[in-house]
Amino acid sequence: MAKQYETVIGLEVHVELATKTKIFCGCSTAFGGAPNTHTCPVCTGMPGSLPVLNKQVVEYAAAVGLATNCSITQYCKFDRKNYFYPDNPQNYQISQLYLPICRNGYVEIETETGKKQVRIHEIHMEEDAGKLIHDEWDDCSLVDFNRSGVPLIEIVSEPDMRSAEEVIAYLEKLRLIIQYLGASDCKLQEGSMRADVNLSVCEVGAPAFGTRTETKNLNSFKAIARAIENERERQIELIEDGKSVIQETRRWDDAKEYSYAMRSKEDAQDYRYFPEPDLVPIVISDAWLLDIKNKQPEFRDEKMARYKEEFDIPAYDISLITASKHMADLFEEAVALGSNPKKVSNWLMVETLRLMKDRNVEAEGLKFSAGNLAKLIALTEAKTINSSVAKEVFEAMFDNDIDPDLYVEEKGLKSVNDEGALRTALEAIISENPQSVADYKSGKAKALGFLTGQAMRAMKGKADPSEINRILLELLQ
Amino acid sequence: MDITKMTALALGKKIRQKEISVREAVLASQEKIKEQEESLHCYITLNTEAALLQADKVQKLIDNKSLTGPLAGVPVAIKDNICTKDILTTCASKILSNFIPPYSAEAYINLERQGAILLGKTNMDEFAMGSTTETSAFGITKNPHDTSRVPGGSSGGSCAAVAADECFYALGSDTGGSIRQPSSFCGVTGIKPTYGTVSRYGLVAYGSSLDQIGPIAKDVTDCAVILEAISSYDPKDSTSVKRDSYDFTAGLVNDVKGLKIGLPKDYFGEGLDSQVSESILAAAKELEAKGAILEEFDLGLVDYAIPAYYTIASAEASSNLARFDGVKYGYRTEDADELHHMYKKSRSEGFGPEVKRRIMLGSFVLSSGYYDAYYLKALRTKALIKQAFDKAFDRYDIILGPAAPTTAPKFGELVSDPIKMYLSDIYTISTNLAGLPGISVPCGKDHEGLPIGVQMLAKCFDEKTLIRAAYTYEQTRERV
Repeated sequence: MAKQYETVIGLEVHVELATKTKIFCGCSTAFGGAPNTHTCPVCTGMPGSLPVLNKQVVEYAAAVGLATNCSITQYCKFDRKNYFYPDNPQNYQISQLYLPICRNGYVEIETETGKKQVRIHEIHMEEDAGKLIHDEWDDCSLVDFNRSGVPLIEIVSEPDMRSAEEVIAYLEKLRLIIQYLGASDCKLQEGSMRADVNLSVCEVGAPAFGTRTETKNLNSFKAIARAIENERERQIELIEDGKSVIQETRRWDDAKEYSYAMRSKEDAQDYRYFPEPDLVPIVISDAWLLDIKNKQPEFRDEKMARYKEEFDIPAYDISLITASKHMADLFEEAVALGSNPKKVSNWLMVETLRLMKDRNVEAEGLKFSAGNLAKLIALTEAKTINSSVAKEVFEAMFDNDIDPDLYVEEKGLKSVNDEGALRTALEAIISENPQSVADYKSGKAKALGFLTGQAMRAMKGKADPSEINRILLELLQ
Repeated sequence: MDITKMTALALGKKIRQKEISVREAVLASQEKIKEQEESLHCYITLNTEAALLQADKVQKLIDNKSLTGPLAGVPVAIKDNICTKDILTTCASKILSNFIPPYSAEAYINLERQGAILLGKTNMDEFAMGSTTETSAFGITKNPHDTSRVPGGSSGGSCAAVAADECFYALGSDTGGSIRQPSSFCGVTGIKPTYGTVSRYGLVAYGSSLDQIGPIAKDVTDCAVILEAISSYDPKDSTSVKRDSYDFTAGLVNDVKGLKIGLPKDYFGEGLDSQVSESILAAAKELEAKGAILEEFDLGLVDYAIPAYYTIASAEASSNLARFDGVKYGYRTEDADELHHMYKKSRSEGFGPEVKRRIMLGSFVLSSGYYDAYYLKALRTKALIKQAFDKAFDRYDIILGPAAPTTAPKFGELVSDPIKMYLSDIYTISTNLAGLPGISVPCGKDHEGLPIGVQMLAKCFDEKTLIRAAYTYEQTRERV
């Protein structure tokens, strides 16, 4: 019988924090910008410059720690990690080794095999590096320090995951927690969330884990799943061939669906960590910690339970709406503005999801405001516009967050609710279509639909179909 | 009247009274520099034309009463590891031979606000690593009292410039005695303030946890006034301390009655030159005659200070100097075929031997497997030394001793023997490990006419008492 293997996975997740300024200077963290425009003497490592810690970074890091059940290190320090690379202007990175801000936490994940806890070893704060641009034309390399000093947290899990499914569930959980906190947008594609996968395999029931590798450059959940499967197979093949797995760092190439070795443990650098002398220890007082605790938002699980209590909407809708902090905010704001929860949910579940798919927009990137959604719902409730016009207005809102009141006014989309005008138009249609009238009267229900369609066309789509029906039936009798 | 012989305060007063113009003062200094620089070489960079332009600007501000401070219009020399916007700042190293900072150090900005005129940037040991100014990549500085001898270091250029009247006062930096020892050798007064008193922003770091900028001047009064001018709480420096008081001139009181002065026996033992010892003890006696209470005591741990200091300072330096890599600014080797080759060649060619020695030492003590045995142990030793001083300051207001074991040695004597050079820092480095304020005040000369300095230390944040003791002592002597 073939041997049974178990995959053991731990994750190192880097998350770029959503602060306005960098971790140790006042430069902007805004994405884009011409190279080296968001820089100063501090984040370019000029002689004599000194770092000053951005307090918001500590708050975000501690908030993520609290939300992941970590104990917070109330006296923590920064350390220097020394290595030479041109994207690293000081040739050391300010990070945390000895006293990281958060330790010993866990998150609960749920997969098809049930619920389980993934333990978090630690969360530490550090600075991002700049970016190297290799100019093939000029055969030279250039450095852009705009990202240098952007704050990161690194979340290090214990090797508690056993499948790609669990890894994705863990990452989704972290992403939701962090998005709910507003600590980061956690976009894998844009690199604001990056995961390195530590993976080993061993025979089921083996007394110790196997030798692990670390795989980097995973830019989507799909890439992570593929890389895990690939690495698991690669290691099992080595073992079956009687070879040993080498402890090394590998780089995943998602296009080729293949990973290659970057460096082995033997080439591992000695980072010569030591306490950063330019920064004083961070003391997180009980009062400050309490303040951070009090600022914790309602997380998804709590929100789902509350929605179930408060709103008469299906569990499936609740789960989808709360899967994005932004969408949940839209929902709650629109309801607070007086919209019917069921109606708001419908707009989010049907038209919003359809357009998201069509326009390739993520929930966090939705542009329209809750206020405009509420206005749109009010317009339909008041029968000022009919449902097909409403969809047209919503599409414009989705793309450009237009004000539906103004839009309807400007484009002349209001339903014609003047009964006199409607009646005159219908009378004309009845007299122009004697055959259909005869058909209807002989019991062909389809004929009524034809007449309604004619009427809608005559009204240029701006009439209320139920009103047309009512008057039409009355006239036909 | 030779203007250049005046103290900074005396000149400041004459300028405010319109007896001397700022331009005249600058020209007088520049004349003195012209006469002596070829022989002494106190400066790396002279700010000749810009100083005159600055003089006219400051004169206007004095005339319209925008500038009324004691240092308005007084020319200054700045050590070349303190950044000065748009003016070459080399740290006496080839690797920064072309570095023009786009910003100024906070301490220098504070002086500019007071109307200081920058004469130039002074010579020093490369990256402040050395005790004689001989490790400079741009040549030696000679001691104005005897040109066959070193001025001390690492702030040798600043101290020699003050001693030779090539400026009215100067700024230096002190990581292990780099202000106090050359002050002693050159017969000038220099203060190393409590760690955190003067912002380190813009001071090119050597040992970050030990570095402090301080004043070097012709007397204690000048030093107190300058220290007051350069000190500030600076949010740009996380180790900067918001002090209750910056009123250092309040210490300019001629009275030490009842002041308890401790003489550490450990500082008067083997290795101390007998003439230096006599001179220091005589200074102590003067203070006793003015009413101070003298007592000998055992400070302890003195033997551990040097290894602890060189471990910590080198470790920090190895990391602080990593940024000089030829990528962003400073020297880059002419020909290199790939990145690591460029790093190696640029740094091999750009750094001098003493700097390389300390980078290697520092990298070694931080490397995995040695960290606990060296660096961590050194940090613990540092904490014990601090405790020993705390204990001493429970009993004494001032600790008094020599600033250096000898007077200024001849060229080559120390620099040729690194261990001997490191050991010569024995009386000054503990102060930095403990973060204490210290001062060196001239207290006489040896038979060869070489100046001797008495060093006084006070507890952290008690510069006022330190200045009081130094000022009182100074009043007992005629100015040399």
